[in-house]
Amino acid sequence: MKQFVLASIIAGALALPAAAADYKIMAPAAPGGGWDQTARSMQTALQDEKISSSVQVNNVPGAGGTIGLAQFVNQANGDPTQLIVGGYVMVGAILTNASPVTLDQITPIARLTGEYEAIVVPAASDIKDMAGLVAKLKADPGAVSWGGGSAGGTDHIAAGLLAKAVGVDPTKINYIAFSGGGEALAAILGGQVTVGISGYGEFESQIKAGQLRIIGISSEAKVEAIDAPTFKESGVDVSIQNWRMVAAAPGLSADQKAAVLADVDKMVQSATWKKILADKGWANTYLAGDEFSAQLKKDTEATAAILKDIGLVK
Amino acid sequence: MDTFGLLAQGLLTALEPMNLLYALIGVTLGTAVGVLPGIGPALTVALLLPVTYKLDPAGSLIMFAGIYYGGMYGGSTTSILLNTPGESASIVTALEGNKMARAGRGGPALATAAIGSFVAGLIATIGLAFIAPTIVKMALSFGPAEYFALMILAFMTVSAAFGDSTLRGLTALFIGLGLGLIGIDLQTGQARLAFGIPDLLDGIEVTTLAVALFAIGEALSVAAGKSSSSTIQAVKGSVWMTREDWRRSWKPWLRGTAIGFPIGAMPAGGAEIGTFLSYSVEKQLAEKPEEFGHGAIEGVAGPEAANNASAAGTLVPLLTLGLPTTATAAIMLAGFQQFGLQPGPLLFATNPQLVWGLIASLLVANLMLLVLNLPLIGVWIKLLTIPTPWLYAGILTFATLGTIGANAAVSQVNVLGLFTLPVSFELGMLLAFGLLGYGLRRFGYPIAPVVVGLILGPMAEQQLRRALAISQGDLLILIGSPIAVILLLLAATAVLLPLYLRARGRGKVLAQLGASED
Repeated sequence: MKQFVLASIIAGALALPAAAADYKIMAPAAPGGGWDQTARSMQTALQDEKISSSVQVNNVPGAGGTIGLAQFVNQANGDPTQLIVGGYVMVGAILTNASPVTLDQITPIARLTGEYEAIVVPAASDIKDMAGLVAKLKADPGAVSWGGGSAGGTDHIAAGLLAKAVGVDPTKINYIAFSGGGEALAAILGGQVTVGISGYGEFESQIKAGQLRIIGISSEAKVEAIDAPTFKESGVDVSIQNWRMVAAAPGLSADQKAAVLADVDKMVQSATWKKILADKGWANTYLAGDEFSAQLKKDTEATAAILKDIGLVK
Repeated sequence: MDTFGLLAQGLLTALEPMNLLYALIGVTLGTAVGVLPGIGPALTVALLLPVTYKLDPAGSLIMFAGIYYGGMYGGSTTSILLNTPGESASIVTALEGNKMARAGRGGPALATAAIGSFVAGLIATIGLAFIAPTIVKMALSFGPAEYFALMILAFMTVSAAFGDSTLRGLTALFIGLGLGLIGIDLQTGQARLAFGIPDLLDGIEVTTLAVALFAIGEALSVAAGKSSSSTIQAVKGSVWMTREDWRRSWKPWLRGTAIGFPIGAMPAGGAEIGTFLSYSVEKQLAEKPEEFGHGAIEGVAGPEAANNASAAGTLVPLLTLGLPTTATAAIMLAGFQQFGLQPGPLLFATNPQLVWGLIASLLVANLMLLVLNLPLIGVWIKLLTIPTPWLYAGILTFATLGTIGANAAVSQVNVLGLFTLPVSFELGMLLAFGLLGYGLRRFGYPIAPVVVGLILGPMAEQQLRRALAISQGDLLILIGSPIAVILLLLAATAVLLPLYLRARGRGKVLAQLGASED
């Protein structure tokens, strides 16, 4: 028996390094938030599916992820075992914080999940649909107050893009930033602001309870589970997704990058990952490799343009 | 479900073995730190915050509430026996309680404090269970203008009560307001006063400032020789309360509760004002007012009930509006946010189990405290015999480790190309603010307004700017609703009332409130 156990341990120890790489994933945010949850979900999936034998997650919170990003670029250079989680918010934060490091300095691997922006009004509002909102906005942009997350974030950018698309000066939008989802929600429910704009998940239960009316969703095409027209269907040519991604260290060889890509791909296809997405209600917006790099470049350019239009970036 | 059903369900949550354990740890720690002068529940919760962030949210918040209640109990012990209030809310207790102890009536004084606290805690917690849901319904009608009026009220009460000199109180408050400006501005996304340092972009961490000012500042102050020696009064005579003591105590308990709870629930009340008002009410109503100043039991029973009732009252705005009204509540708010919970009108809807579990565990904690306090008073006194250097060395270690644990951003700095040194920016701030805390103590400036300024300043600023953005610059929005007008009138009263009281010759007590506050 003893020998058997010993033999198993030796066999296991020999087999492990061959089977899988160890990973260290940085979540550039405090524990509990979206990026942290993404990193920890990856940890679970990679380990449970035996893609990796050991995955560590470390949190480096601050300034929209740019503090973590700076540390990652400096410390992970050329190390194929280090990954960082990030998202669309980082694109804006890099620009507004004038961050010394950018997403060009890391190796994008894949977009994993995403959430669409929803525009809502209180049930009692006289705004019934997108046309009603656009009419009000054109009449007097200042009279329409938008309640959403922090300035320069996805919510603010979406509001700016919408204004621009309907021919209203984006610098004139009356955007009121709130710090937490709950705080913005209370202001919208209480009728303190004209409309609310944020990720669909923030409003889902109030929409279902009939307290809020959804007048549009920012997806490219209609989403099955959401009973609302897309912005495009309502004649506003805007689509935006608040995505989350995983990226690798700067300075990797083509082979090293391919190996990380293969592991991430295996994870995304796994049953464990699919179950996590379903449990958390995250949409699978997987986009890998060069296609993702191209999309990232497009998003970065569009974001820089709209932040300039809104007046947040000079 | 009705309130009774929710409360019953909450009791089931609170009676889960793990949550009972957290409540027990909380009340024990709370009583211990309440007994120790200079270490209050605010500091304890601040220190435990980073340690608990990997625990279950319900459990750790239950523990924090236990500490809060426990601190209110423990503070009275040192006030009565040593004439050294462990807590600012126990200062009034020392006036009559220590006189009683010197006359050999320490036992009845401690007993009336403990039982009065229990009675007040019980009634006030039940009040919290029944009034809080009503306030939740009102809370949605609070817009930025009303919140701004509320912040003004909070500022006025704080600056009126927290200093022996208004100038010093305001100076401390403005230090906090200045620190509150650092970081990315929410409304524009632009960095302010960060001087290009990335670590400052998210602003000053409230817990770092609180731990530095309270713990490091106090330790430096003690090391600098600003400590006083005092002797413990032995408990003489009958340890238990006589029939006469009971007769003289029960009305002050109820009156203290009636005064303390609403003032605590008032978003800018605070425990100290309630105890002072209770003391003066008891003095007015006493059968033998001449006993006041020589050991009147009413003067212990009323204020002690008031400070515990106000502790429960404080949780009303915290749970329903997300507004901290005391340093401990402020740090508990940080605790909620650490777990991704935003206290406010929707907390009851989104986390009913947590909220009702917390309310129910306050009832449980209250009972635990009575059991702990009556027989174990003699044991708690022993904590005071820990040699000061050991005590403060322990506090310094705990504060430092807690700050490093909470803020993992440790960067490697290369020193002259010879070796790398791990450097934590947060730790540097902790030490710098510790020195500030020492300086403030040394020159007699109150500490709490600094922390209050850091917390309330950014909130008030954001609400004012939101209100003005929504009204497109029309200042009339600030007085555009009855709620806002009432709150602003209360704020005016909060400034004028202490002036009136000072004018009536009671300024001495107010001054003492300010001076011993920490």
